[in-house]
Amino acid sequence: MWQPSDSFEIPLDAWVEAAIKGWLVPNFREVFQAIQAPISLVLEGFDNGLQAIPMPVFAIVLALVAWRVASRGLAIFTLVSLAVVDLIGVWSQTMTTLAMILTAVLFCALVGVPLGIAAARRDGFEKGIRPVLDIMQTIPPFVYLVPIVMLFGVGMTPGIIATIIFALPPIIRLTNLGIRSVPADLIEAAYAFGSSPRQVLWEVQLPLALRTIMAGLNQTLMLALSMTVIAALIGAGGLGLTVYTGLGRLDVGAATEGGLGIVLLAMILDRITQALGSDATPQSPGLLKTLKSFFRKRAPAAASHG
Amino acid sequence: MTDKIVAENLSKVFGDDPDEALELIRSGKTKDEVLAQTGQTIGVHSVDFSVAEGEVFVVMGLSGSGKSTLVRMLNRLIDASDGAIYLDGEDVCTANAAALRRLRLEKITMVFQHFALFPHKTVLENVEYGLKIAGVAPDERRDRARAALDKVGLSAWGDSRPAALSGGMQQRVGLARGLAVDPEILLMDEPFSALDPLIRRDMQNELLALQRELKKTIVFITHDLDEALTLGDRIAIMKEGRFVQVGTAEEIVGNPADDYVAAFTQDIDRARVFDAQSVMDVPEALDLDHDDPSTARRRLDDLRRDSLHVLAKGELAGIVTRRSLAQVEGRRGASLGDALQHEAPTARPDTRLSSLYGACRSGLPVAITDDSGEFIGVVTPEAVFDLLAQDNTTPRAPGTPADEHSADAAPALSA
Repeated sequence: MWQPSDSFEIPLDAWVEAAIKGWLVPNFREVFQAIQAPISLVLEGFDNGLQAIPMPVFAIVLALVAWRVASRGLAIFTLVSLAVVDLIGVWSQTMTTLAMILTAVLFCALVGVPLGIAAARRDGFEKGIRPVLDIMQTIPPFVYLVPIVMLFGVGMTPGIIATIIFALPPIIRLTNLGIRSVPADLIEAAYAFGSSPRQVLWEVQLPLALRTIMAGLNQTLMLALSMTVIAALIGAGGLGLTVYTGLGRLDVGAATEGGLGIVLLAMILDRITQALGSDATPQSPGLLKTLKSFFRKRAPAAASHG
Repeated sequence: MTDKIVAENLSKVFGDDPDEALELIRSGKTKDEVLAQTGQTIGVHSVDFSVAEGEVFVVMGLSGSGKSTLVRMLNRLIDASDGAIYLDGEDVCTANAAALRRLRLEKITMVFQHFALFPHKTVLENVEYGLKIAGVAPDERRDRARAALDKVGLSAWGDSRPAALSGGMQQRVGLARGLAVDPEILLMDEPFSALDPLIRRDMQNELLALQRELKKTIVFITHDLDEALTLGDRIAIMKEGRFVQVGTAEEIVGNPADDYVAAFTQDIDRARVFDAQSVMDVPEALDLDHDDPSTARRRLDDLRRDSLHVLAKGELAGIVTRRSLAQVEGRRGASLGDALQHEAPTARPDTRLSSLYGACRSGLPVAITDDSGEFIGVVTPEAVFDLLAQDNTTPRAPGTPADEHSADAAPALSA
């Protein structure tokens, strides 16, 4: 039976090769190298910081945050999980992974929230960005690993860039959704009182969309965590590397240790960010306020010692 | 009085080609025909009116009559398709973004049907919103917001969230938010429609009390004629995007422009619309110093009355009736003063008829005196009943729709 490819085949692979290797890489390598710089900087900062914090201090602080924003149960779970991670000997890798995740999520938020706002404000932009997001969410990450290596090289930062591409869509989508679902009468009221579009955004739309945006952030965080092993393929470190190395050596034990670390970290981060997003009103006063209230509680105790 | 708001030939079409739709409707097509022909909806068309400073102008119409669109054109939440709006002579429709913002910040605020309070802000933050947007310093705006909350009786609730308040309280917050910036014009889009009847009545009375003190220019939208009659200095009845009739409560109820208006007014309690003035007779009276019982009887006969008020040096002294005259006529040297009954019911010219029932119970005519106490007329119980008994609804042939052609047949009174 004849089929079109018997007579003619589109050399898509050759075209893409030519486009990327022949044009994009030689001409824009510098540009892409420059893009990495801020990401590497932030990553190094997070990594150095997290590695410098003694394990017990970090565990206790995170448990307190969990207690504050969620429940005592989560605080205990956090404490136990972090102890397990340390006991199985992957503490340092966990902190590296955490630094990578935080960097990726930070850049996702920096890029995604403004894009989501723009999409919510302009229907045309939303229409344009939607297929791009669809592609980002459906294309297997392995497809863009190679061009990323060509453009950015191998290492932690390219791994984070791959993670950002993978984890970006939900925060854009949910920011857009959150702002669009702010009731129209509130927007109208804000304008009736003389607000400028910017004031409407900051005074009404963003605060009311915050829950949805937080849900998007949670999704982004989870996606970023699920990329850790794939990112290890192009030279990223942390728990992903432990799993990848275990896989290569058929070392089931090492792979399990890495996997357990990822799962525990994912559960802690998921619960905390979910609690931040879901019951934003009754007990969770936001991260800044939480930290402030810790400070206030400790201040009198410190004073009495002095 | 100066005109605060002037609207000229104001029209709004929802669609791509407003000019085409406006041309069609001005050539006599109905709203539905325009919709069928062009796919465009006429919101408001060719409305003229002006609102004087300190006046409460009520626009009353059923849903879909274009009243919400109309009020939103005044502060340009909706852009007019045609026509002009002047606030203190300043053209709103051509104002640039900065001028429009300044108008909304300083001159014109709005109260919404479903309150539209910001759920993430406290009551006080809601009230101070307009001031915050205008860049007023935190301390000052807090004070002014507290003062506004105080006016609506909610000063204790400043730190609560709107969700913790009942509907009536929420709308008080909405009102306080509108008043906090001390605007000259207050637009109220069915503010009390979402409240239950008792609360609504309270809020209406409260608004009237506030208005006596603040004297804002208010454009009030409602679908409830009772509310319109209670609140409005002048009332516009709106139907299919046009004003059918504009007038005072008494003009609307006493002289409806067409069947459509008449249908609305027929269930209205006329005693709450008309005041003593509208049924007042000329102030015939006797003079205590110059008249005696015999001249008094002659006057009663001449006027075919059973009683007459008596003045002493221009002041109302009381009333004499045929019966009281008969009691003193037999006596020698009896003066008019002997026949005088001092308890004569009195009322003000703007007293509603519903408040005159008590005074009418004695059967005596009620003396109407103005603010300075001068006797300016009488209202007889018969006159009150006459007015209540009037039926101004024109009988319709059974089976015909109430208002098919009425709007076209009766020219709208221009405001």
